[in-house]
Amino acid sequence: MPKSGSTSKITRRTALAGLSAGAALLAMPRLGRAADETIRIGFPTPLTGPFAAEARDQVKCAELAVKLVNDKGGIGGRKVELLVRDDKLNAGEAATRTLELIEKDKVHAVVGALSSAVQLAVNEVTRARGVIYVSISQSDTINEAKDFSKYTFHEALNPHMTTAAVARQTLKKGMKVAHLVADYAYGHEMLRGFKRAQAAIGADNVGEILHPFGAADYSTFMPRLMSMRPDVLCISNFGRDQANSIKQAVDFGVKQQMKIVVPVILHNQRLAVGPDVFEGVVGGANYYWGLEGQSKSAAAFNAAFKAANGGAIPTDYGAYGYSGVGSLLAAMQAAGGTDTDKVVDALEKLQYDLTKGPQHYRKCDHQSVQSVLVLESKKKSAMAGDNDLFAVLANDAGSDDMLRSCSELGHAT
Amino acid sequence: MTGPSSGEAVAKPSSGGLGWLLEQRVLLSVAVLAVLPWVLPSQALAVNVLIYGVVVMGYNLLFGYTGLLSFGQAAFFGAGAYFTGIAIGRYGVPWFAAVPVAVLLSTCLAAAIGIVSTRTRGIYFSMVTLALAQLVYYVALQASSFTGGENGLRGFTVDRISLFGLQLNFLDPVNKYYVLMAFAALAMWFQSRILNSPFGAVIEAIRENEQRARACGYDVERSKLIVFMLSGAISSLGGCMLALHLSIVPLDILHYQTSGMIVMMVLLGGARSFFGPFVGAASFLILEDVISLWTPHWQIFVGAIFVLFVLFLPKGIWGTLLDALRVGKARP
Amino acid sequence: MDLSLIIMQLLSGIALGAVLVITALGLTIVFGMLGVVNFAHGALFMIGAYAGLYLASLTGSFWWGLLLAPILIGAFGMLIEFVLIRRLYGRSIDDPLLLTFGLSYILVEGVRIVFGSDGIPFPTPPQLVGVLDLGIGFFPRYRLFVIALVAVVLLVLWLTLEKTRVGLIVRAGARDPTIMQVLGVDIGRVWLAIFGLGVGLAALGGVLAGPMRSVNPEMGSLVLAEAFVVTVIGGLGSIVGAVVAGLMVGISISMVALFAPEMATIVMFALMAIVLLIRPQGLFGVRGRTA
Repeated sequence: MPKSGSTSKITRRTALAGLSAGAALLAMPRLGRAADETIRIGFPTPLTGPFAAEARDQVKCAELAVKLVNDKGGIGGRKVELLVRDDKLNAGEAATRTLELIEKDKVHAVVGALSSAVQLAVNEVTRARGVIYVSISQSDTINEAKDFSKYTFHEALNPHMTTAAVARQTLKKGMKVAHLVADYAYGHEMLRGFKRAQAAIGADNVGEILHPFGAADYSTFMPRLMSMRPDVLCISNFGRDQANSIKQAVDFGVKQQMKIVVPVILHNQRLAVGPDVFEGVVGGANYYWGLEGQSKSAAAFNAAFKAANGGAIPTDYGAYGYSGVGSLLAAMQAAGGTDTDKVVDALEKLQYDLTKGPQHYRKCDHQSVQSVLVLESKKKSAMAGDNDLFAVLANDAGSDDMLRSCSELGHAT
Repeated sequence: MTGPSSGEAVAKPSSGGLGWLLEQRVLLSVAVLAVLPWVLPSQALAVNVLIYGVVVMGYNLLFGYTGLLSFGQAAFFGAGAYFTGIAIGRYGVPWFAAVPVAVLLSTCLAAAIGIVSTRTRGIYFSMVTLALAQLVYYVALQASSFTGGENGLRGFTVDRISLFGLQLNFLDPVNKYYVLMAFAALAMWFQSRILNSPFGAVIEAIRENEQRARACGYDVERSKLIVFMLSGAISSLGGCMLALHLSIVPLDILHYQTSGMIVMMVLLGGARSFFGPFVGAASFLILEDVISLWTPHWQIFVGAIFVLFVLFLPKGIWGTLLDALRVGKARP
Repeated sequence: MDLSLIIMQLLSGIALGAVLVITALGLTIVFGMLGVVNFAHGALFMIGAYAGLYLASLTGSFWWGLLLAPILIGAFGMLIEFVLIRRLYGRSIDDPLLLTFGLSYILVEGVRIVFGSDGIPFPTPPQLVGVLDLGIGFFPRYRLFVIALVAVVLLVLWLTLEKTRVGLIVRAGARDPTIMQVLGVDIGRVWLAIFGLGVGLAALGGVLAGPMRSVNPEMGSLVLAEAFVVTVIGGLGSIVGAVVAGLMVGISISMVALFAPEMATIVMFALMAIVLLIRPQGLFGVRGRTA
């Protein structure tokens, strides 16, 4: 054992060294943001809760997008880092995490969110502080002037686009259409989209039933729905609600009388409920791996994902993680760095094609104009493999007139 | 009656005078809270400790001191937040007026819920408060033109405030913390006054033995209603703080799971102690944060810890600590 | 609005009520006889559904799942009573509520760890698939089965409690445990049995509900609130109360769904508030048992 004298000398020296290093660090906070420092992107996602599987897919795809950029040398020589945070599908939690990402982790931009409420919460925090936010949650609300800001971008589809695409594919003039709608903002948005499209096509509205959001039991709505005798039943809800309502509708023999149509048909819900219940249901989607036969970008995306994830295929929600982060990084590349105003400018001018075809952000509301897939769930006997869930009925090319007009949304442009 | 909140008081002579003791616990608590942002890993976490500490403190008045296990405190927490947000965002009321208005309206809500629920006792009371709070949740979900429904309330960001002529950037986390801490100090002072008043003695008497309190001539039903309203008022102030901090009001603030979290915090910290609510809020939030770093399954650990506390440490962290430090003071 | 629609809606309400009854029954029996409010009741309902699904896929038959899951989970309930809840007798009446609240967190997250967070499909047994033509409309066979089964279970329960020696001991033990001990009855065994019964009923509710809704870790939390409302309306501790209130709530929700479906969930809370204002102990509850 060393003599106490020498120990204290060493300790004092090391203490002094430590103190001066610490003081030096504290004295140069600004240097922390120097040019050779990593680019940090915040990624809030619901790792706990009912959409944990979708969230994990999104993280994998987002990390793939980051990896592809880093492999090519990063952006201006700087590496990109993804900071994933669990928002627990809770708007309050998401706001807190976003505050931490901005104040403590000093991120340069935020991408993410799965539910409409969460994205709006994140947006409220980022726009007040001038941080770019690319939302990948489906919603009409974020396009509207009230929630908009020049830092707000919306890469995902919105109910208006998906309902229009699905309606075009399934409704004909003179058909009778009934609606089962979840009674909350997103449900109302989907209903509004359907009604507009059906009016344009010339189909008749025979009835609407609103159900409480999160309802477990739909049996009390079935007798009335059946008595309306529609040709098509449009079910406007999401996630578990969608799985439950379709299952119970099928239990009541609804499919014998009418076709079931949904605005967004979800990959994981179809897996959760099984092929028999979903058979014949038609819905919209932002992405489906089976597109690779028709689209080079899809094939490339699938290949890259499979290589990084042991042969697994990317899901619809996963693809949002890829295109959300991917488009942001492409804009940063074009802007040569992370200067917020330059990146906003680059995003507005960006033309990108990451998963399914050409996309760009419309100037007035920063909505990504993109194609909408319409899928039909295959019956068990028609499935070539465990992943062969859907048939691609259509992949309508993206165009500005798929969206509501800028003036309707309340924008000046 | 209620003892001092800090170990320091043990060393002081007991003849210090009740007024002086009172001053002590609020000041000491504020002193601890003042250093919190520098001690905890992030300022957002520190602000959450403030907010939930105030909410749980209000709940402690009802549960810890009066013995009424309510599972519906989230209704007042949420009401405070929503009323503040609606006042600022929809009616353009300045923040310093929005907060008192929100607390007043939330107290009225507490009166309404209190009238129905205090008609029941014991376990019924717990279940009824849970169900009535869920009713408030569903009403808020439906009234989406006021509350934003499922999307939550937005559009009332307070980015700068003027305080005594000074212009403060409210978005700066340090400024925000100390402004909100002022609110917390106010709430603590108010709670302390209640506990030290004759009314404070009445509610503790009700907890100890309701029949005897009634026999002594106290109007038990009226007292319960009043404490219900006071508890709701204090918790709603926590809600106002949340609205100012996050600039959004999420709908699930009203869900019974939030009520459950409040119950967990009060038990973790120590019901029936003055500073316990803040200790409980801090412990719960830190635990959740730390465990979430290793695993998304933090709930199983939080649940297990809670069960262990119910079984072996019913006085909570702070309560057990105080008991261990208290020397020779007569307890009721 | 024609008569046949109203009758179909009524039938829907009874089917909904049947599930509410069986869930609330477990809660009210445990409270009435043990004075314990089991906050983990919803979580145990959910575990029952998962157990039923697992056993059904293991044995290849829904019926084995239906039979074995409640027994298995009931036994698990007895374990909970013996290891955890028994320590709390004699302490504050709130403690079991708090403990089971923490327990529910553990159980729900445990299921997430083992089975994942996604929903799992619970296939309807092939014998009960499809609808029955009732002349006035179509009604799912499976829901008719649920109504019938719940009625049978209620009958068996009533007969056991009223007509058998075991039932006599259980009822007496609820009224006065001390005398029972003096008379030489092992009251610990009675408590175990009752708690196991209550949990088994929750699990049965879960298995029955499985094919109707999707099976997921969150399915218990909504059920818990519903069960609380039904037991409060019916009166804590009253079996008759649970049955009447369950049917009443199910039918009310169903009839309201006819003209204002978005208010369907609010209705049951409104009903509870009204009952409490008129009769705070519930329709069939006994005043004073709750303090």
